[in-house]
Amino acid sequence: MSTNTAITEPLQRAAAELLSEGKVAVVIGYGMDGDSSFSPPLFAREPQEAERLVFDDRCFGNLSVYLSKDHIRRMGKIGIVVKGCDLRAVNVLLREHVVKREDVVLIGVPCAGQGDPLLGKCSVCEQRNPQGCDIVVGDPVEQPQIDAAQRYSEAADIDAKSIEERWEFWSGQLSKCIRCYACRNVCPLCYCKRCITEKTVPQWIETSAHLRGNIAWNVARAFHLTGRCVNCGECERACPMDIPLGAINQKMAQLMDERYDFQSGLSSEDKAPFTTFNVDDPETGIL
Amino acid sequence: MIQQASDSTDNSKWQPRIVAFLCNWCSYAGADLAGMSRFAYPAAIKIVRLPCSGRVDPMFIIKSFEQGADLVLVSGCHPGDCHYTSGNYHARRKLLAFRELMTFLGIDPRRFKISWVSAAEGAKWSSLVKEITAEVIALGPFENYSKLRAGGIAE
Repeated sequence: MSTNTAITEPLQRAAAELLSEGKVAVVIGYGMDGDSSFSPPLFAREPQEAERLVFDDRCFGNLSVYLSKDHIRRMGKIGIVVKGCDLRAVNVLLREHVVKREDVVLIGVPCAGQGDPLLGKCSVCEQRNPQGCDIVVGDPVEQPQIDAAQRYSEAADIDAKSIEERWEFWSGQLSKCIRCYACRNVCPLCYCKRCITEKTVPQWIETSAHLRGNIAWNVARAFHLTGRCVNCGECERACPMDIPLGAINQKMAQLMDERYDFQSGLSSEDKAPFTTFNVDDPETGIL
Repeated sequence: MIQQASDSTDNSKWQPRIVAFLCNWCSYAGADLAGMSRFAYPAAIKIVRLPCSGRVDPMFIIKSFEQGADLVLVSGCHPGDCHYTSGNYHARRKLLAFRELMTFLGIDPRRFKISWVSAAEGAKWSSLVKEITAEVIALGPFENYSKLRAGGIAE
């Protein structure tokens, strides 16, 4: 763990300035928490609170999850610290009209990766330097070239298995699910006011923690995120049972990339693959 | 349905059960034409009539498996013929992606069929049902899912 002073200091200055000039009501960033294994979210509402903001190599959270929460939006205009990966989620929220661009001030932080050793997603990160932010603090970091094979390597490992092996693997993994819904609550794009799993008439998803209902839940979760998920990896990180949820999301992202040349969150102007169609779309496998 | 479903775990008495979601305008009319034209086809298929193939949510398919279906078919209008202009184009994207998700999770994709059957294709409907019924008989009961019921909580 090491605080990145080259970013932390200008970040604190920028946040204090935004707050004292009244340009934002709150700055959502990361705060220092002693020897904790991660830097927790910090909501700075007064200029003097900005000095508690930090940026280091344990700023795992994707803070954009707060942008869709009513009680936080009621605070007023939000300044938010975003890494490149978080910015992709913000782009989807903008595209889906959950947030208006004029209601947020994006404070971009160049990020060479989080965690020691680096998180898997960080080693194949293609957005180390956030683009299109209102303010960028710190200097750009070096951006390695990543190819599609690296981007989707986690899904490829499971794709290499036979169908029986996959069933074996996933029924084992999904049996562990305790239905805490941490994956949903931490996901910036799971913002439905009422989730399908809480609907009881009809009850599409069995709510007890049993494999059959767990499959239904995880299928619904993955499918609702298809063409939207930006692979920020928060679901997998939040999962207390260590289910490799990221692989499922990665598989669906790979499909959208290969079939429709679409990567979610690279722009706030594009259209999700499931909201549009092409008459010449692939048709293999239809009788 | 639930009683029937629990019988399906006993292989000697097993009869294949196919759930078909048909769009009202083409495939349902095609199945109707097959009946009027007296084209016989297996009774294993249970038809659910929907306004459009675009109405099909993947949860319909998962729920069918949970309730004892051995195979699920979704059938709609041919591309370009949708009564609502574009429902089947949207369905095509979503359902093909859903099949990939099934495949990735190890849920046998041969248990999920998609077809286009027009209102004039009574003969196609009849031969399609014969074909998929023969296939599901060859595959046998969908034990991955029926075991989940046996090992799980009571209905």
